Amino acid sequence: MSITIARSLDHALTTLHENPDALILAGGTDLMVQINRGYLNELSTVIAVNRIPELQGWKQQDDTLVLGAGLTYAEMEKSDFAAVAPALAQAARTVGSPQIRNAGTLGGNLGTASPAGDTLPVLAALDAVICLRSAQGARRLPILEFITGVKNNARQPGELIEEVHIPAAQGHQEFCKIGPRNAMVISVASLALIVDQQNKKVRLGLGTVGPVPLRPAEAEEHLSTNVNWAANTVSAATLDQFSTLAAAAARPIDDHRGTAAYRRHAIGVMARRTAARAFTEETA
Amino acid sequence: MTTNHYTLKVNGKEHQVADAWAGESLLWVLRERLGLPGAKNACEEGECGSCSVRIDDEVVCGCLVLAATAVDCEITTIEGLAPEGELVDVQEAFIEAGAVQCGFCTPGLLVTIDKLLETNNQPDDLTVREAISGNLCRCTGYGRILEAVNLAAAKRREATS
Amino acid sequence: MTDIQITSPVSAPRIGESAPRPDGVPKVTGTFTFSSDLWHNNMLWGGTLRSPHPSANIKSIDISGALAINGVSAVLTHTDVPGSLLYGLEHADQPVLAADVVRYEGESVAIVAADHPETVRRALAAIVVDYQVTAPLVDPEAAEQAEPIHPDGNLIRRLRLRHGDQNIQGEIQVEGTYEVGMQDQAFLGPESGLALPSEDGGVELFVSTQWLHSDRDQVAVCLGLPPEKVRFTLSGVGGAFGAREDLSLHAHLCLLALHTGRPVKMVYSREESFHGHVHRHPARMWYRHHADTDGNLLRVEARLILDGGAYASSSGAVISNATCFAAGPYLIPSADIDGAVVRTNNPPCGAMRGFGAVQTCVGHEAQMDKLAAALGMDPVELRLKNALKSGDKLLTGQTITGAAPVAEVIKSCVDHPSTLIPSDDMMSLPGGAGRTADPHHIVRGQAMAVGFKNLLFSEGFDDYSSAICHLVDGVATITCACAEVGQGFVTLAQQITREVLGVEEVILAPAATATVGSAGSTSASRQTWMSGGAVQKACEAVRQQLLERIADQHQVNLDDLVLVDGQIVSLSGNFSLDLATATTEPLEADIEYHHAPTYPVDENGQGDAHVSFAFAAHRAVVDVDPELGLVKVVELTTSQDVGRLLNPLQAVGQLEGGASQGVGLAVMEEVLVTEGRIRNASFTDYLIPTALDMPPVEIAAFIEQPEPGAPFGAKGIGEPPSISSTAAVVAALRDATKRELPRVPVRPTDIVQLEDDTP
Repeated sequence: MSITIARSLDHALTTLHENPDALILAGGTDLMVQINRGYLNELSTVIAVNRIPELQGWKQQDDTLVLGAGLTYAEMEKSDFAAVAPALAQAARTVGSPQIRNAGTLGGNLGTASPAGDTLPVLAALDAVICLRSAQGARRLPILEFITGVKNNARQPGELIEEVHIPAAQGHQEFCKIGPRNAMVISVASLALIVDQQNKKVRLGLGTVGPVPLRPAEAEEHLSTNVNWAANTVSAATLDQFSTLAAAAARPIDDHRGTAAYRRHAIGVMARRTAARAFTEETA
Repeated sequence: MTTNHYTLKVNGKEHQVADAWAGESLLWVLRERLGLPGAKNACEEGECGSCSVRIDDEVVCGCLVLAATAVDCEITTIEGLAPEGELVDVQEAFIEAGAVQCGFCTPGLLVTIDKLLETNNQPDDLTVREAISGNLCRCTGYGRILEAVNLAAAKRREATS
Repeated sequence: MTDIQITSPVSAPRIGESAPRPDGVPKVTGTFTFSSDLWHNNMLWGGTLRSPHPSANIKSIDISGALAINGVSAVLTHTDVPGSLLYGLEHADQPVLAADVVRYEGESVAIVAADHPETVRRALAAIVVDYQVTAPLVDPEAAEQAEPIHPDGNLIRRLRLRHGDQNIQGEIQVEGTYEVGMQDQAFLGPESGLALPSEDGGVELFVSTQWLHSDRDQVAVCLGLPPEKVRFTLSGVGGAFGAREDLSLHAHLCLLALHTGRPVKMVYSREESFHGHVHRHPARMWYRHHADTDGNLLRVEARLILDGGAYASSSGAVISNATCFAAGPYLIPSADIDGAVVRTNNPPCGAMRGFGAVQTCVGHEAQMDKLAAALGMDPVELRLKNALKSGDKLLTGQTITGAAPVAEVIKSCVDHPSTLIPSDDMMSLPGGAGRTADPHHIVRGQAMAVGFKNLLFSEGFDDYSSAICHLVDGVATITCACAEVGQGFVTLAQQITREVLGVEEVILAPAATATVGSAGSTSASRQTWMSGGAVQKACEAVRQQLLERIADQHQVNLDDLVLVDGQIVSLSGNFSLDLATATTEPLEADIEYHHAPTYPVDENGQGDAHVSFAFAAHRAVVDVDPELGLVKVVELTTSQDVGRLLNPLQAVGQLEGGASQGVGLAVMEEVLVTEGRIRNASFTDYLIPTALDMPPVEIAAFIEQPEPGAPFGAKGIGEPPSISSTAAVVAALRDATKRELPRVPVRPTDIVQLEDDTP
C-alpha cells in the first residue's frame, strides 16, 4: 500500500492519472473501516484528498449552490449552511456520530454510494449535479446518473469527485430518517421532500429503499398538482394518495436492519408527515 | 509488507514513526508505536467513540484516520489533555461525579466533552446528550457522565468569569 | 466499662460514604493499563482462525502456506495442545482448538503468532481448512429429539420444579407465550491479553477476566502443566457483565507463548468479540397463572426453553435460576415449572448480568399484568397483594430468612413523583435527529415491574473468597484476586480496610493467582459479600493479632484495647499507642471466607439452594410513535433492596448502568442469528443505548434492611437493576400501544404489525 497526501487538486489529479485505480481517501469513515478489517490488498494506492483546498467549503454562485466534495457533515450542520440547504443539514445531523460528522464528507458519501447514504435522497430531490474531474478534463452528471447501483457509481478510473452543484430552490425542505436508535444509526429508510415554490413543484427523494436513491415521479406529480399553492394547503385525500404513491415507488429489500414491508410502510408515513409539515392540511 | 516513515506531532511532541505498515490507523500507531494507549480500541469502525482524539481543532475517531496522512497536524490525545501530574476540570468532575466505572470509554468521552465545553460552557441536557451520542458507555447508563459534564461546565464557567 | 466517645479524625472515607475510586485518576488520564494496552519488547501478535460454518466436519487443515509467510512464528492447531483438548466452566466440553468438528460459527480452529497484526491476518487467510459442511441444528425446540451434535448430548440440563398441591386450579387463569432474544454483554474493552513464557517452563498471562483462578485451572489442564507453573494476573478490565467468565483467548495465548518462547499479545476485534464470548440465552417461555377472584395467586405453570448454543458454559446454572425464579417475587402455593437448556449449533450462551432471571422476569411480569387485567385489578395492587416477604417460602420450598422487602421496593418506586420535563424538541422525540415524528404523533405509556434473583453461588457450590491483609508501619496492603471489572470492588476494599483497621492508607496489591487464593468469580452479585467479607475477615484477624501483641508487650488487658482511627487505646483511658509505631513489625493474615452452605435441589426442584436474594422494581415511562414503531424511553424510576449501602455513589452507578442494559434489551439489543450465523457482529448493527436513548434514572429508594450473615449487612447490587428494567419498559410499551408485545426486544415491526411482514 502506498499513500499520497494530495496538497492541491492538480496534485491529486496527476497522481490519479498515474494510478487510475487508486483508492480515494477523504474523511476515512468508510475506507478505513475496510482497511481495519483487512479487506484491502497490499498493492492498493491511496490518495488522501482531505487537504486539497479546492475541495473545501461551499459557496453560492449565481443561482447555484456549489459544494466542495470535501465539505464535512459537521460543516453542513452549521446554521449558515442550514439556511440555504435545510434538508441537507438535517440529513448531515443524522450521519453516524459527531466524530464521524467531523471527518466524513459529502464527496465520500457519493463515492461510497451506499443505499443507506444519508445525503443521497436529499441530493436526488435537490436535482444535484455531480462534477467529476480528471487530468483530461471535467464532466457533470445528474445524481441519478452518477449513482449506478449498490455501492457503485459512474466515476471512472482517474476521476475525482470535485463538486456538487445544486440549483437554487425557494421553499420548504424536509428530511426524515428511520433508525431503531435515537443516534448513531444506519438508515433503515429515509426521505427528502423539497418544495420548489417558484415552479410549484414538490420533489421527493427516497433513500435505503432501493439500490439507488429514488425519485417517485407519480407521487411528486400528484402532490405538485393538487397542492393549493396560493394558500399553501393540501387536502387529506391528497396527502393520503401522496403517501400511497411514495410507498409504492419504494423498492426495498429485507435485511438484518429491517423488512421490506416495514421500509415501504415507513416511506408512506414519512411522505405524508413531511408533506403535512410543508403544507397545511385542509380541515374537512 | 511495504512500510513507510513519517512524523506525527502528538501532544506537542514530534514522534518519528519508522518502518510502519501503510495501512495502520492513527489509533494503532498511537497505542502500539508511540506508547500512548490512552485512546481506546472498542470497535475500530467509528461506532463507539472510545478512540476519540483531537486533530487540529476537531474531535475524530482515531481508528478512522490513516496514520500516515495525519502528518503536519496537531494531534491531542487523553494523555495531553492536562499537564503531567495535573487534572483538568472534566477529569476532576468525572472522578467526583462517579462517571468512571470500567473506564474504557472514559478517555474518548473526556476528549469529546473537553471540546464541547470549550465551545459551549453552558450546554443544556439535550446538547450534551447529542455531543456525546457517539461515545458509547456500557457501564454507567450515562447518568453520572451527564452529571460530570454539568460539574465540569460549572467549573469552567467559574474559571472564566 | 466507661462509655467513651471517640470522634473520627480520619478523612479517608469508610463504609457508607461515597469514597472515590482508587483507579479514578489513572482512568481519567489514560494511564490505566487495560489488557489491550499491554506491550512487551520483542512481543509477537496472536490471532485466531475461526470456523465460517456453524456445523461442519474438518477433513484437513493445511498450515504450510501460513508458515511460509515472512514474519510468521507459529501456526498451531489441535494437535499442538499438549494437555486436555477440552475445557469448560461447569463441564469440559469445548475444544481449545477444534479437531474434527466445528459446532458454531466462530469456533476456534487454529492460532497464529507473527510480527504484526497484518501479518497475522495474512497468515490466517493462508490456512486452508477442508470443511465438510453439515446442516446446523438451530431450533432449540427440536434439539432434544435431534441427533446429538456433541458426545454429551443435546440436553444440557432440565429442571422440573413441583411445588405444593399439584391439583390446584384457579378460577382466573391467564396464559401467555413469551420470547427473549439473544443479548450481548457488549463490554467496550475487547478480549485481550499478553502471555510470557517463564524460565521454569511455565507461562504468565496478563488478562482481563472475571475469575482468575478458574481460568488458570482450566488452562493448566489444557497445557498439561501443574497449576503453579501457570500464573495469571489481572490486567485492566474494560467491562465484563458475564462475558468474561468463560475462557476466550487465554489458552491460545499461553500455547503461542510457550511454543514461540516469546511474549505474545492478542486483541480481539469487535466482530471477533461477538464470536469469542458467550451471550445471554435466548428464551421461549410459556406460562399459565392461576388466581382466585380476589387476586391471590394460587399456582403457576411454566415451560421454559433456553438455547445454550454449542457448548455448556454456565447454562446449567442459568436454567436453574430461570426455573427457580420463573414466577417472580410472589408467594405462590403451587407450581409446576419445567426448565430446559439445550445444545444447538447457535452461538454458545452463558453468563450475563441477571443470569436467567432477566428472561423470566419478562414472562412473569407480563403475566401479572395480564392477570390484573383479567381480574379488573390495579396491577400494582395485585403485585403488593402477592409480594414475597421474609419468612415466606419460595417455589423451591426454601424459606426466606433474610430481608425480602418486595412490597417496599414496589411502593416506593410507584409512589415516587415523576420529574419528567416535557419537551417538544424533535431531538427528544422517538426518532431523534431523524425528525420522523411531530409531538402529536406520539403516545405515552407507563408501567412498572418487579424482579429478583439469588446472590452468590447456589446449589451446594463451595463458594469462597480469599484475602490477605498485611499491616506494617500503619499502612495496610490487601491482596485479593477479586476481578475489578469496573464495579468498584477496589473502592470497597479500601473502605472496608479503613473501617476495620482505622488506617488511612490502603494499598491494593495486584490480583494474581501466584500470590493469593481464589476470590471466586466477579458475578452473581457476589464480590461485595464474598471478597468484601474476605477482606473484612482478614483485617479483623490482623486487628486481633495486633491487639494481642500490644496487650502482651505493654502488659495491658486485651479486652480493654480497641483500635480506633490509627490509635490503639485502652477503654479505661490510660494507654494509647500510634498504629504506625505499633506496626513496625509487620502483621499478616491470610483467610478464606465461605458463605453459609447451600444444597442441591431434589428431583422436584425443592431444596435450600440459595443463600440470599435481592429485589428491585422499575417504573418506566415511554414515548411511542405507533405508526412507525419507534420508541423512546423517557424516564425510569427504581427502588432496590440493597441490605446496606456501602458506597452511595457507586450504588447509583450500578443502578443506572444496569438499567441501561435493561433498556437496551427491551428496545434494541439482539444478536441476530440466522441458520447459526450472527448477522450483526459489529457495533454498527448490534445497537446499545447512546446518551440519546437512555433516560434519566430516578432512584426512588435504596431499601436498607441489613441482611443477616452478610458483611456489614450489604447485599450485592449489580444484577437487580438489569432484571425488572426490561420488563418495565416492555410493559410501558404495551400500555402505550395496546399491543401484546410478547417478544423482547420490541422491534418497530412488532409495534406497527404490518400484514405479511415476518422479520
